Amino acid sequence: MSDQPAPQSLRTEAIEALLVERKLLTPEDIDTVLTTFSEQVGPMNGATLVARAWTDEAFKTRLLEDATTIIQEYGFEGGQVDKLVVKACTESVHHVVVCTLCSCYPWAVLGLPPRWYKDPGYRSRIVREPRAVLQEMGLTLPETTAIKVWDSSAEIRYMVLPLRPPGLEALDETALTALITRDAMIGVAAIEQRA
Amino acid sequence: MTNLALQGPTAPPTSNGEIIFEAPWQNRLFGIAETLCQQGYFSRDTFRVYLIQAIEDWEAKNLGQTDEDYAYFDLFQLALTGLLQDEALLEFDSLERRVLELSARPHGHDHDHDHDHDHDHDHDH
Repeated sequence: MSDQPAPQSLRTEAIEALLVERKLLTPEDIDTVLTTFSEQVGPMNGATLVARAWTDEAFKTRLLEDATTIIQEYGFEGGQVDKLVVKACTESVHHVVVCTLCSCYPWAVLGLPPRWYKDPGYRSRIVREPRAVLQEMGLTLPETTAIKVWDSSAEIRYMVLPLRPPGLEALDETALTALITRDAMIGVAAIEQRA
Repeated sequence: MTNLALQGPTAPPTSNGEIIFEAPWQNRLFGIAETLCQQGYFSRDTFRVYLIQAIEDWEAKNLGQTDEDYAYFDLFQLALTGLLQDEALLEFDSLERRVLELSARPHGHDHDHDHDHDHDHDHDH
């Protein structure tokens, strides 16, 4: 191994040292920002809502009626969610989210969008041929399941409430949360059961 | 919640909604930029302009390669140092001097034990 750090690493260290000496910030400021960021950005907020909706029917009803108020109650504000609408998958209808214009995305609940979300191929094809695109992404739906595509905008962001797989009755909300992925809440994946 | 050029053409690599940091310095660098933004030294929009420029410059020099090929945080660092210079928060000269000083530190400066450095370092310790 080499003891010499990468040039970018040295440069970062130098930037921080100089900014600290000039009292523009402190190392503790940076630590605080990074801790907050790692706890707030990511799909955990969305997964929290899904796990509770799976276990609390009254909450699920409220979530589907007015998700915007729910995320305010949870403090999942900021990001870019003005109005959040949650669409629940059933055996007969599967929901999937896209932003055909750009890359509008429900940040506050799903964290950062995946790169493919802004890919022109995904944005145009998921509307025209959703079943084929989902299959290519690894989600094969029965022919009897209809697919509804929801186009996000600056005003309305969508999130999918995935189907709860059978056999998870013994799991509590925390354990369920760990099973719920970002892709499932965009609607391009199913929840995988893990033993 | 932050919005430091994380969406659109300047989005960093992510996995399951989380930024992929491949090395500690990348995480630290991101933290520095975000802290400066939050403390009001520059706006997120301004930083995004510098980052877009850094990416465009890279693409102009590397025609035909996709945006998956560039080292995102290398360009993030270029953008940040350019912005700090323009905002008179940090001069290139000072930065280069400090980098040289740091690189001149003796090997093992951050080790918590002493050992002979006149030997090959291809070992675990």
